[in-house]
Amino acid sequence: MPGTLVYVEDHEGEATKGSLGVLGKAASLGGEAAAVLCGSGIAPIADSLGAHGASTVYVADDAALESPLPQPRVDVLAKLVQEQGFDAVFFASSVLSADVAAGLSARLDAGLNWDLTDVEEQEGRLVGKRPALQDSVLVDVGWTEGPALALFRTGSFEPGEGGAGTAAVETIDVSLEDFSTKTAMVERAHEEKGGPSIEDADVIVAGGRGLGEPERFSLLEDLAKALGGAVAATRAVVDAGWYPYASQVGQTGRTVSPKLYLACGISGAIQHKVGMQSAGTIVAINKDPNAPIFEYSDLAVVGDLNEIVPKLTELVRQRRQS
Amino acid sequence: MTARPADFAPPFDAVQFVTEPTDPPDERIEVGALIVGAGPGGLAAAIRLGQLLEQRPELRERLGEIPIAVLEKGKAPGAHLLSGAVVNPRAFRQLFPELVAADLPLIAPVEHEGVYFLTRKRAQRIPAPPTMWNHGNYVASLGEMGRWLAERAEELGVMIVPETAAEKLLVTGGRVVGVRTGDKGRGKHAEKLANYEPGSDITSRVTILAEGTQGHLTGIALQKFGLASKPQVWALGVKEVWEVPRPLYRVIHTMGWPLRGARRYREFGGSFIYPLGESRVAIGMVVGLDYTDATLSVHDLLQELKGHPFVRAILEGGKRIAWGAKTIPEGGFLSLPDSLSFSGGMIVGDGAGLVNVPALKGIHYAMRSGMLAAETALDAIRPGQTAWTPGALTGYDQALRESYVWKDLERVRNMRPAFKHGFVRGAVLAGAAVTSLGHLPPRDLKLEPDASVSVFIGDRGATYPAPDGQLSFDKLSSVYLSGNKTRDDAPSHIAVRRQVRREVAEAWVHMCPAQVYEVAGDASPAGNVVEVEVTASNCVQCGAISAKGGRLLAAEGGSGPEYQSM
Amino acid sequence: MKIAVCVKEVPDAAAARRIDPQTKRLDRSGDGVLNEFDTHALEEALRVKEGSGEGEVVVLCVAPERAMNSLRKALAMGADRAVLVADDAAAGSDLVATAKILAKAIERESPDLVLVGQQGGDSDGAVLWGSLAERLRLPLVSQAASLELSDGKARSKRQTEFGYDVLEAPLPCVVAVSDAINEPRYPSLKGIMGAKKKPQETLSLDDLDVDAAEAGEAGSRTEVLALTDPPSRGDTQRIEDEGGDSAEKIVAYLAEQKLV
Repeated sequence: MPGTLVYVEDHEGEATKGSLGVLGKAASLGGEAAAVLCGSGIAPIADSLGAHGASTVYVADDAALESPLPQPRVDVLAKLVQEQGFDAVFFASSVLSADVAAGLSARLDAGLNWDLTDVEEQEGRLVGKRPALQDSVLVDVGWTEGPALALFRTGSFEPGEGGAGTAAVETIDVSLEDFSTKTAMVERAHEEKGGPSIEDADVIVAGGRGLGEPERFSLLEDLAKALGGAVAATRAVVDAGWYPYASQVGQTGRTVSPKLYLACGISGAIQHKVGMQSAGTIVAINKDPNAPIFEYSDLAVVGDLNEIVPKLTELVRQRRQS
Repeated sequence: MTARPADFAPPFDAVQFVTEPTDPPDERIEVGALIVGAGPGGLAAAIRLGQLLEQRPELRERLGEIPIAVLEKGKAPGAHLLSGAVVNPRAFRQLFPELVAADLPLIAPVEHEGVYFLTRKRAQRIPAPPTMWNHGNYVASLGEMGRWLAERAEELGVMIVPETAAEKLLVTGGRVVGVRTGDKGRGKHAEKLANYEPGSDITSRVTILAEGTQGHLTGIALQKFGLASKPQVWALGVKEVWEVPRPLYRVIHTMGWPLRGARRYREFGGSFIYPLGESRVAIGMVVGLDYTDATLSVHDLLQELKGHPFVRAILEGGKRIAWGAKTIPEGGFLSLPDSLSFSGGMIVGDGAGLVNVPALKGIHYAMRSGMLAAETALDAIRPGQTAWTPGALTGYDQALRESYVWKDLERVRNMRPAFKHGFVRGAVLAGAAVTSLGHLPPRDLKLEPDASVSVFIGDRGATYPAPDGQLSFDKLSSVYLSGNKTRDDAPSHIAVRRQVRREVAEAWVHMCPAQVYEVAGDASPAGNVVEVEVTASNCVQCGAISAKGGRLLAAEGGSGPEYQSM
Repeated sequence: MKIAVCVKEVPDAAAARRIDPQTKRLDRSGDGVLNEFDTHALEEALRVKEGSGEGEVVVLCVAPERAMNSLRKALAMGADRAVLVADDAAAGSDLVATAKILAKAIERESPDLVLVGQQGGDSDGAVLWGSLAERLRLPLVSQAASLELSDGKARSKRQTEFGYDVLEAPLPCVVAVSDAINEPRYPSLKGIMGAKKKPQETLSLDDLDVDAAEAGEAGSRTEVLALTDPPSRGDTQRIEDEGGDSAEKIVAYLAEQKLV
């Protein structure tokens, strides 16, 4: 029965937020949404997926799928898609899922559109929405034939609270190609203790010259810690030696797209903007009411960051505790 | 209160950039003819030499495995080329006699043109001075031209080496024997980074310096060989390319606003607006760097100019798609070096100052001088001859003097200096010079170096428009649009004094179109010495700082702007 | 030991649409994409070759003829040979078509190791190597931040959202490297000047036994339908800090957005 298959990734016993968001989106399109889970000992996760919109959950539970490696998953999904005839396969972007989606595309000769932020049905066909050219233009992309594979940008869809739906759970057989099992995971990743890197962080607190002196970065570090995020810096302060180059965001530094970007004392020249403009929400704090950053912030706060940031940190801490 | 940039000479010693070859002989790279700079001058020289060698295979043999090499400091030919431009096709015809205009990298012939005198609100058409008649000339993109010439050169077997800066002149016993290229992969304090790659000695039988305005080794050579007894002066041009909804059908030049005519300001220049095909327009502001108000910013004058109703009408509904800046040598005939050849080498093009300011022409002179240098070079590699034989290259100076290049420049030689007397007097003097075909005024006017002009903190900066991101822009947005991605940790290529009088610092801050200079800390009252901060990675290598008290050195090859078709 | 390095060429259809067909001016952003090829994969290949004292590094690319200029830069850095698949029929190929063509070109070389680089531009997906490994039926290691070869195996540390894994795969395999893996060298002047002399092959689809129907738009399974303006961020909400209550207002805003 055609419909959309959603690849649900799991981590430490739970489905990832991104996968749940994509599942919810798939279910909302009309037509059935099914989910596929791959791993070892992951069957318990299947039960929760009905609440997020899956009508059927396919479970591929096998020791060979224990490590989060892509190629065996391509085997599982390919077989499933060929047997069930799905119209579309959705993925929430991650290192693993991108590799799976790409491998599946080659296996099935199926078109893959990536970095999508949305998808809709237009006249019976699926149309994906994708920002391009540094988010300056939105491209409508389509698929010409065969199953449509879609990779969605992290954070495109928030998972709902979970409804009352239940799903039929089907266990599927796993048969793997020779070459798929040749890569071995010798050591598996564990949560980093030092806090997220700026590329992975959901929240970034960034500082620029408006901080006035390098010591003020400790204010930002406190806030980042309270919010569970990372600290970034502009080129100007990195040049001046206030913060390491690894934290530099901008044209000649890193490009980040966190859910929240708190820019403190940053004027917002284009060299900085291109490194963070696709952040979900941008809050800027600056003394200068005409700072360019206010042109593209969601919340513009004109004030003294030395007063505001410590207070903000305190309030966030309180909130977290309650 | 005033101050002179020349009183704060940059920490720079030309001697550091002259050296004997230091690489072991088997590691040196040997080429036949070495040309520094893949601009119109250098490429015309390369092409001409390539054409001549095709007919003289035995001479080609003598030049070894790499008969002709052209070094280019930009990422590719065109990356550092910028001009208006309206080109006289004469040199193209001389270099490519078999091609017709349609085959040449020219956009369109100039059909209509107008010269306007602007006031704040109005544009008054005035008769075009004869020097500015462009009938028979073509609008072109210098960057496109550079790319096209590079392809023609490669077809003739010329090796073009991009991302390679010529940092030092190789001199042995008073003879120029080649250049040493710059290191790559050094850090901010010149320390060697993980991917450090040392420069190399390139030795050649003859070296042609075609570095363009403020050429690094050109300046070194002129100093070393004592060739420049007369000062050169420069103008700074800032240019934008716009996509426009309505085609422009004319080549336009303006004078007057936003420049001030009063003598004490010494604001000489104007703007150009050229159609680049049906849907694009080039617009630029060019101002002599001998102005006196430290708050004058050519970048911001251009932004102001765009707000004038006459200009606005052309750009309305359009979009800025490119930006760049470059200096133009303006001294003309009166600033020409005493000789453009030295033992082992020659200087061509803008580096030699071969620009006709009143006509705004320099490209065809660059090409013509390149061709003449190539012909002299060929002569110098005959059996029994070398480029170091005394007098071997003076044929170039001779040929140049007999060419239209020299004659054109001589005729208009007093026009630019006339304008230091203010717009009205200047126009009168200039008019006299033109109508007398250069015989008036009877005594040549004198030029003084731009850095010798005292500057004061005036009020020119008071009316620059706040950038609105649609019509007017800030400097950092402009730098971004130039494609400049110079790495932040590269060593600074700018030699400039860091403690200077505030007037001089402000002059640099406003002069620089790329926001390289800033005054550190709070503003102090005029007259004090302030600290200057330099963000060298913003630099688009326009050369303005070299004219006004600092010195642009050789940046890491491949850095700087990446102009697409300027 | 033969190492094949793929220079990325999944064309960004959106960028191509920016070309104004009326102007004589070539859209250099298209060229720019090629010129920005991944030097990290090439650098790693050169290190592997230098480390083992022997071997051949071949650079491969599917692109228009012009791309040979960029491939020469790879030769200048130290690659031994360049292979360019330039065929008009390949223009407009999406991931499916490109991976197919590139895989055939790689198979022709029978390399021991295939290195692919981190995609640079914002519209590049992290997908080429996944498709390549599948078509070549070779084991895949992606996002490699380090690479060691010993006993016929490739061992890599790689970064995911959750930290670092260590993966191992037997040769021949496909390794996609992240830009954390190394600092690419600058080509030496000798390298630059000697590049032209190194072997450069240009292949057509015929040479690879790839049917024109499998390449270009015909062979693609995705398409660009339209370009529109992105939704604006919406109006900026503004807070002027007067009563010293900005912090409270910020928290309230963040709470509303479910960010805290």
